[in-house]
Amino acid sequence: MPAVPLYAQLINLLAAVLLLLAFAMLSQRRVLSLIDLFAAQGAALALSTAIVAWATGQRHLYWSAGLTLGLKVLVLPWILRRLIHRLDIEWEFERLINIPTTMLIGIVLVVFAFNLAVPIAELANTVTRSTLGIALACVMLSFLMMITRRKAISQVLGFLAMENGLFFAATSATYGMPMVVELGIALDVLVGVLILGVFFFQIRDRLDSLGFANLERSRDDD
Amino acid sequence: MIEVLAVLVIPVVGAALLALVGDREHAPAINTATAFATFVAAAVLSLRVATGGPLLVLDRLFFVDAFNVFLVTLTAFVGFTTALFSRPYMRIEQHEGHVTAPRLRLYHGMYQLFLFTMLLALLTNNMGILWVALEAATLTTVLLVSLYRTPASIEAAWKYFVLCGVGIAQALFGTILLYFAAEKVLGIAGGALLWTELDRVKGSLEPTVLSLAFVFLLVGYGTKVGLVPLHSWLPDAHAEGPTPISAVLSGLLLNVALYAVVRCKVLVDGAVATPFARVLMMGFGLASVVVASFLLLRQKDIKRLFAWSSIEHMGIVTFAFGMGGAVANFAALLHMTVHSLTKSAIFFAVGHATQKAGTQMMDGIRGLVVVSPMLGWALALGALAILGMPPFGVFASEFLIVTTAMRDHPWATPFLLLALGVAFAAILSRIQPMVFGESNVARLPHRPAAIPVFVHLALVLMLGLWIPPFLAEWYHRAAALIG
Repeated sequence: MPAVPLYAQLINLLAAVLLLLAFAMLSQRRVLSLIDLFAAQGAALALSTAIVAWATGQRHLYWSAGLTLGLKVLVLPWILRRLIHRLDIEWEFERLINIPTTMLIGIVLVVFAFNLAVPIAELANTVTRSTLGIALACVMLSFLMMITRRKAISQVLGFLAMENGLFFAATSATYGMPMVVELGIALDVLVGVLILGVFFFQIRDRLDSLGFANLERSRDDD
Repeated sequence: MIEVLAVLVIPVVGAALLALVGDREHAPAINTATAFATFVAAAVLSLRVATGGPLLVLDRLFFVDAFNVFLVTLTAFVGFTTALFSRPYMRIEQHEGHVTAPRLRLYHGMYQLFLFTMLLALLTNNMGILWVALEAATLTTVLLVSLYRTPASIEAAWKYFVLCGVGIAQALFGTILLYFAAEKVLGIAGGALLWTELDRVKGSLEPTVLSLAFVFLLVGYGTKVGLVPLHSWLPDAHAEGPTPISAVLSGLLLNVALYAVVRCKVLVDGAVATPFARVLMMGFGLASVVVASFLLLRQKDIKRLFAWSSIEHMGIVTFAFGMGGAVANFAALLHMTVHSLTKSAIFFAVGHATQKAGTQMMDGIRGLVVVSPMLGWALALGALAILGMPPFGVFASEFLIVTTAMRDHPWATPFLLLALGVAFAAILSRIQPMVFGESNVARLPHRPAAIPVFVHLALVLMLGLWIPPFLAEWYHRAAALIG
């Protein structure tokens, strides 16, 4: 078996860290800790992007690593923490989730994601192709998190984590998307989070807590 | 090139201007004027493309061909007529204290930005920008859905935001896979996300990857089209927002999302030997038609009724694109046009009708024709048109789709006919007492907008009787492109 180069080992390590963090988010009930985990995921993502940039000489990936660092490690967590502080929900946590069951479903999803990624990974000629399965698994775990959570803010963090997974898929399979697209995606994410900020205040003004459990109206059709 | 830029820049300038003007008296006039200027620019652009062939401008960033140019013109046109309608409508809403001044500023600015995102999605040549623009279209409308700040509208907006966000995230994964497959052929610098380049090399793209990519793309963009089972945001978002927004969501956004699906389908059809993409689209389309038509029977809220009808019609169009071939594609393009015109006309009439009655519940709206013959007839004619009664245009397109289905896919015909029949019974039985019968509705403080409704219905009637040669030519060319 040929020796695996150091950078590939590092990327595989960071991929494993990402997956671990995705599981940690799945099992975390406290909102503030969720934000810390999200920031950590962003840091791992930025580091892995920078390593891919260094290993392959793709200049534009340095920019995208910087963008990730700025947006996902600094700006977004800052906005979210401020929001939580102003809404005075620092000590909110999710009561109604069954963590062991969610974790088991999560494991099944990871196996499924790895199987789905096998045919694509065989075609990839990038140094990081083995990580595509992990990226897909991160996306699915975040999806699961969004489904199981009741609080609006945890759903948002699930959504942002899903975006992290997609971004990791883009770097691991293809050396990143063209810069103009990455900038557009970053803009969408930022605007999305700002709109959410507005939303939280609307929800708070109208409803008692930032969850929709008390809002289930009887609908005729869904 | 100047025309393409004009179509995109005018709405952005208009949005900035409207943000500055705020809620002053002439804000709705500026909104209408900007939408009109966009429409003129779009008309000039389509003239250019009709005479000079496809355009590829600004370092291959924008691409205009027969397929997207007619959607650009349609989007700009309905954007303009909806702005006309929104003027009296929002004035009445303000008069009744449903919206405050700062919210009107938000409403007007976001309306123009929404038009911009849709036009960008249509004109861009880059599959990544297409994704960005469609996500931005959600973001610009999400605060408009919650404009009234009622608990129900906030819940609807939240659902819209989260479901479309998750959906569109799947589409991003699909786009990444598409890029991954294309980069092998075109290289990193070869513009591997440009549709024109992808179209050129589609035969040599890796079929397994493209099949997988299409599943993600269809699920992602299909969420925005409102295909069953990804539709659950759509009735809420249409029912709770202001009616002009329901009109543009139903008449325009669904079309643009479907446009994205069809662009992807062209690539996948070229790469994969089996009719994989077609079967998927036919399946999703047929499921939407059948499910939506049965759920029409259970609606009590008039805006929800027509929102479900949009799901049904988008299902018909998706099914027709799935069948493929010259006739089905022609019919699908025609159906996109007439559905968009008819549905926005219906929402214009419904908007004023609900203002008169003070409720969206159909039981509370009675005898429109007694108090306001204009609104009553507009609703009655709109309903007949959307149900596919001859001589309206919807009849022509549905007839072509059903006959093509009979010839190529006979198994699907009973489902289609059953669904159309159920939808007919459901909508007609609801509309009849609302239009005729004892009246209970009040007068409005401002004159309702009559022109946009009847212009749209007249156009739909015309398309049923006679399709202008230049339009038929466009449809034929676009149908050939889609294959």
